Amino acid sequence: MKPPVFEYHAPTHIDEVLELVAQHGDEAKPLAGGQSLVPAMNFRLARPSVLIDLNGIDGLGAIALEGDELRIGAMTRQRAVERSDLVGEVTPLLSETLPFVAHPQIRNRGTVGGSLAHADPAAELPAVALALGARFFVRSQRGTRVVEADAFFDGLFSTAMEDDELLENVAFPVLADGQVTAFSEISRRHGDYALVGVAVSLSVDSSGCCERARIGLLSVGDGPVLAVRAAEVLAGEVPSDELIRSAAARAGHDDIDPPGDIHASVDYRRHLTEVLVRRTLAAAFARASNGGSA
Amino acid sequence: MSTRQFGRPLRRLEDEKLLKGKAAFIDDIEPAGTLHVAFVRSSFAHGRINAIDVAEAREYPGVKMVLTAADLGDYWQPGPVLVPPPPVEGAVFHARTQVPLARDKVRHVGEPVALVVAESRYVAEDARDEIFADIEPLDPVADLGRALDPEAPLVHDDLESNLAAHVRQTKGDYSAARAEADVVIARNMRYDHGIAASMENRGVLADWDAQGEKLTIWDTTQAPIPIRNGLAGMLGLSESQVRVIAPFIGGGFGPKIMMFYPEEVLIPWLSMRLGRPVKWIEDRAENFFATTHEREQLHEAEIAVTRDGKILGVKDTFFHDTGAYDPYGLTVPINSQCTLLGCYDVPSYDSEFRAVFTNKPIVTPYRGAGRQHGVFVMERLLDLAARELGMDPVEIRRRNLLQPADFPHNHGLIYQDFTELTYDSGNYPEVLERTVEAIGYRQFREVEQPRLRAEGRHVGMAIVTYVEGTGIGPYEGARVTVEASGQVSVATGVGTQGQGHFTSFAQVVAEQVGVEPDQVRVSTGDTAEMHWGTGTFASRGAVVAGNAIHAAALEVRRKILDLAAEELEADRDDLELQGGMVGVKGAPDSAIPLGDLAVRANPLRGAVAPGTEPGLESTTYFGPPGGTTANGAHAMVVEVDPETYAVEIKRYLVVHDCGTVINPLILQGQIQGGVAQGIGNCFFEELVFDDQAQLLSASFMDYLLPTATDVPPIECDHIETPSPLNPLGVKGAGEAGAIPSGPLFAAAVEDALGDPSLELLEIPLSPNRLFEVSRTRDDGGGA
Repeated sequence: MKPPVFEYHAPTHIDEVLELVAQHGDEAKPLAGGQSLVPAMNFRLARPSVLIDLNGIDGLGAIALEGDELRIGAMTRQRAVERSDLVGEVTPLLSETLPFVAHPQIRNRGTVGGSLAHADPAAELPAVALALGARFFVRSQRGTRVVEADAFFDGLFSTAMEDDELLENVAFPVLADGQVTAFSEISRRHGDYALVGVAVSLSVDSSGCCERARIGLLSVGDGPVLAVRAAEVLAGEVPSDELIRSAAARAGHDDIDPPGDIHASVDYRRHLTEVLVRRTLAAAFARASNGGSA
Repeated sequence: MSTRQFGRPLRRLEDEKLLKGKAAFIDDIEPAGTLHVAFVRSSFAHGRINAIDVAEAREYPGVKMVLTAADLGDYWQPGPVLVPPPPVEGAVFHARTQVPLARDKVRHVGEPVALVVAESRYVAEDARDEIFADIEPLDPVADLGRALDPEAPLVHDDLESNLAAHVRQTKGDYSAARAEADVVIARNMRYDHGIAASMENRGVLADWDAQGEKLTIWDTTQAPIPIRNGLAGMLGLSESQVRVIAPFIGGGFGPKIMMFYPEEVLIPWLSMRLGRPVKWIEDRAENFFATTHEREQLHEAEIAVTRDGKILGVKDTFFHDTGAYDPYGLTVPINSQCTLLGCYDVPSYDSEFRAVFTNKPIVTPYRGAGRQHGVFVMERLLDLAARELGMDPVEIRRRNLLQPADFPHNHGLIYQDFTELTYDSGNYPEVLERTVEAIGYRQFREVEQPRLRAEGRHVGMAIVTYVEGTGIGPYEGARVTVEASGQVSVATGVGTQGQGHFTSFAQVVAEQVGVEPDQVRVSTGDTAEMHWGTGTFASRGAVVAGNAIHAAALEVRRKILDLAAEELEADRDDLELQGGMVGVKGAPDSAIPLGDLAVRANPLRGAVAPGTEPGLESTTYFGPPGGTTANGAHAMVVEVDPETYAVEIKRYLVVHDCGTVINPLILQGQIQGGVAQGIGNCFFEELVFDDQAQLLSASFMDYLLPTATDVPPIECDHIETPSPLNPLGVKGAGEAGAIPSGPLFAAAVEDALGDPSLELLEIPLSPNRLFEVSRTRDDGGGA
């Protein structure tokens, strides 16, 4: 379990990174927290010939409010986001979700940008980014462009980023009036990759009617999955047990084409998705009727 | 004795060293110039080796040597049969043992076919990537249930079938019992056990001193002395030229008693060939294939009972997966066969097993060593019989327990140590009743469970019992010495892998010699300190080595008293040993420090009486007449989410009897560790193979060990029924915690779900599997 030979760069400025990335293309891998990449290299499943360490770059680890968005630098440690009061206030879904991401030791090293760019279908943050409609600021020597969450995730461990691009930061919309969020997942042991996970964001008007729903699912497809059909069931409706059940059934049956593996068969994943979407929606609607608090 | 050391809940003396990182584990040891080895392992479960191209790897910078089987010459030999088949009439046993490097065929994934020796492990692994092993895949034997089909491929081409062994043992007349029975319950069951997953993997370091013609080997083995003896023979050295050291080891649990692993045979040979220290440390990815497993058995079992729940007989026929080779003989299936009868009076028994070769890693004992499988079958049969009879599951057990007056109880079967399976002592009713009381069984059944169910919660409880055959022979030895410094040293040949030997053995000595345990230096696992013995396995350290140490300590005590009586001109009976001194009772000024006495016992001038042995030292051996049988009952409360099948263990309680207790704190640790592994076995861990016998759960991402958050606090109670088979009255406790969790878990989950048609007849039971079983039953099929 030793990695193959690789070239190691430790740049100190983002321009150097962009130059190295442009130069080496898909031969190069940026090293953020290393919590997925380094084990993959030790198993010799990943064999980048060039490793570009981002840990010496200043300015990629900030959490800041910009207008109605919370900007999180790509190198921000997951643990820092989890512990941030500001995050808890304006994007509580992130605070609620992060304790489910692996273990504290891993979150101390693991970064928000690393997890999103890695796009593991079993990762929590991509599903949360989908549910919240995050925007991704992607930079290269060619300039910076913004990619919407719906377009960012592009299949198994794949994103809309080109080989010469680097994720610089991510913008999460600040919780709006009438918006409630909730997260839950089922894993074999706490901190394991989830068998199924659900991130929910609902906009509920003053009469209790659900204006809009976004449901992000994890571990049920090639990447994070937006449960569009389940959301359609909810849109414009006043929530009831029956409505929630029917949305959950759509999520389990129509929104996903889940993989089967040694921990959960296709049928079990569909079943768990239905159960978990139902429970998470119920929790979110309960928060809405409590005035948005848990 | 003024201070009792024996029986004290003394904190472990070795823990400071361990917790401060001062203990030397094998990879902490690295002589100058050490070379490192990486193995090329088969990626196929079954295949014919056409060619192995090592040319490029040999040229790789930093590589010292690359070898395949062809390069080993006469040193290439299959390993020994460690445990011959038991002397059961009509027993069939085909021995096929592992080889250092596969030569013609590969028989399981991970079997080594070549090796690279290089200046570092990094270089060795890089060079390994340059080796091309041309292996033509063959159909593998992946399914235990079909391995004996006539059309099954052969794991060993020279055998007529994949049958490794066939053993039938009977007592009484089961057919007559069956004919007489009011109820017969017959079911098929599957019990799968997993890997030990020790925190420390295996490792071997060898250092050949060409000038001194001595070979030193550090090995993570549970049996350093047999390793030394075997390697000396293989390498053409005398036993005194070879020193094997088993240093601090991060967990053994059985797989490290297996001998001789290919790496154990090859690393010392490489050091002699290359004239440099050579090291191999198993990494976690290798451990899943290169270290032995325990695995599945398929049972077809039935129990015949009367209307009032009395057992008339049990019949069991099972297949046992022994993997690609069977160097460890039949220990595991014999344990299953002999442990099945449990705490019960079973008048007739007809048990037959077939051990079968498959294209999977080798099966040898892992904590429990087949006992789990047998206990699962018996306890599940009893639960089903109780259900059929409308009887409480505790009641059916109560009615069949052996009573205190029944001991010794000879089952008339041959056990793993080739003696007749005879329970020496016990108080089974007391253990069961204490368990029933402590878990609050009646209160739960009558009050709590109905209340919880009314709240929509699915909470269940179960109680099971089991025995553990422990402390088998042949023998162990110990040398106890009072040194001139006053320190007492004790050396024994067993290895230690976390059992607390540095403390419990010190207590045994301190009790007799009158010193504090921290004044006793314990040496285990170094052939230079003690070179007779067998090893640490079968829950025998405390029983066999413990009694050898006790005997040696008694002899040293006798020598101390004899010499002190002479020196003090006092009557032996008037002397006392206390605080490292020996003196006349009531006359503290007379006391002589033991160190001074040791000097007087080893004079430099003058004459001694004929027959006098120098020093205050004794080397003594102990061999028990047969194994001693511990027993216990476990109780569990679980809550099941009936939608997700997530299971939470809310309570786990153990009442245990392993005879006289040396150190209750260490015993508690043994029980808790065992329970954690038992919980892992029933709910979390699973060796999943595909139809090509590829292991799909070959990392800790997929092979789920229970963590601290998954194991509940374990409530523990003990009774002490001394064993009559050894002077200390002790029984082994190493495996007890891990043995009965399977049937306990299955019964508790069934009870929680509360559906009388649900039968859980297999282990492990993941949430996914519980979902499938429930679905199948909903569809009207059987589970």
